[in-house]
Amino acid sequence: MTRLEVVSPGPLTTLQDLGRPGHAHIGVPRSGAADRPALVLANRLVGNDDGAVALETTLSGPRLRFDGPAVVAFTGAPVPGLAMNEPVEVAAGVELAIGTASHGLRTYVAFAGGIRAPLTLGSAATDTLTGLGPTPLRAGDVLELGRGAPRSRPPAVVNPPARETVLRVLLGPRADWFTAQALARLTGEEFTVSHRANRIGLRLDGPRLERALTGELRSEGLVPGAIQVPPDGQPILLLADHPTTGGYPVVAVVHSQDIALAAQLRPGARLRLSAASA
Amino acid sequence: MPDHVQQHTRPVGDRALLIELPDNRLVHAAAALVRARYGEALAEVVPGHQTLLLVWHERPVRVELDGLEAAGHSARAPVRIAVCYDGADLEAVASALGVSAEAVVAQHAGAQYTVAFMGFAPGFPYLICERSSPLLELPRRATPRTRVPAGSVAVAAGYCGIYPQDSPGGWNLLGHTDLCLFDARREQPALLEPGMSVRFSPVRA
Repeated sequence: MTRLEVVSPGPLTTLQDLGRPGHAHIGVPRSGAADRPALVLANRLVGNDDGAVALETTLSGPRLRFDGPAVVAFTGAPVPGLAMNEPVEVAAGVELAIGTASHGLRTYVAFAGGIRAPLTLGSAATDTLTGLGPTPLRAGDVLELGRGAPRSRPPAVVNPPARETVLRVLLGPRADWFTAQALARLTGEEFTVSHRANRIGLRLDGPRLERALTGELRSEGLVPGAIQVPPDGQPILLLADHPTTGGYPVVAVVHSQDIALAAQLRPGARLRLSAASA
Repeated sequence: MPDHVQQHTRPVGDRALLIELPDNRLVHAAAALVRARYGEALAEVVPGHQTLLLVWHERPVRVELDGLEAAGHSARAPVRIAVCYDGADLEAVASALGVSAEAVVAQHAGAQYTVAFMGFAPGFPYLICERSSPLLELPRRATPRTRVPAGSVAVAAGYCGIYPQDSPGGWNLLGHTDLCLFDARREQPALLEPGMSVRFSPVRA
């Protein structure tokens, strides 16, 4: 089977699949690809199951040396020089450099046959919050590919990139903890992704969201897309590696179909939130 | 127990619901009930202190919790956790409460606890005490430690917790256990799960 040597890993390249759902009650985050539709698309393009193990890059990607042939697909954040969103054949001996994304944040690299990796609670995803799963790629690591099964699969939907992202949110569960002015600002003003942004969540700079209730909330379960507000009033939008429970009130939750857009926002990106209904 | 448990449901995006319940015991009863009734359709069932989060694979459906009042206590015997009371904050806790270290140990090991919910780290239990306990009501330390060793048994802000792995932490350390709280390779990865009863037994170092 083809093996890939990691010549250089990029700033943060992790193995991801669809994560380890069903364990949140014992404190295990779901984790998995931050932009799940992009992972699914990459896998389908190379004939894999939706949840096969692939690479997730952060801003720029790794340099990989192939000791045998492979079929590869790149999705998510576009990288100049790479053919995006189509299967690409790579010959033995090639050294493939995955450069810096022109926009967006996370590029997915799927290989026909998937990457062989040990499973933790049914998943090979690297969870950056808890440390479950393999460590992020390091120079010198060797990735082994599985045997590809040539078959055609319907492509998934590609999210069109947007200049200023608008994410649909549904108010609650704790919108009543905030002032009417805070709720108006949430959907009426612009936010910027701060430099404190990772797979756990995005801290948003922008209007301060003031609370109407000042007590302490008893911890409750969290979901991806939840916008929780610490006492400083600067919201945090949770992503794939978010903690399973928390005590900051959640003012609103991003629509499940828009979480992939949030996962592609880089520090400095501007966004607006628009109120929607389920 | 009233005929109808007061409950309130809050929306959580387009895939989840948060059910508010009057107390933590009912959270666990409701969790068992929804797992039995809607298990296939649910991606996650996540207890909070007085809430139950239900995450659905598709759109949430209306949840019926009739019969919740009749759902009994878990009949399972409490999990025994042997603790060596050698925590770095034991003396400070004793002086904050105006009692001896021995009295702190007696108080901590003399009570029965319930795993109210989990979080912070895989396998980390937030334990509450059936009776109100001044020991559990102690505030967090002003400055959190950058490293609390795995197995540390600690109290703060209404809870007792056990650190499954080395991690930063701001709770008051009473002692440690040698039990492994979380191992992903085990059939049951977490030693404790929400709703379980727990008792601590003092052991010598």
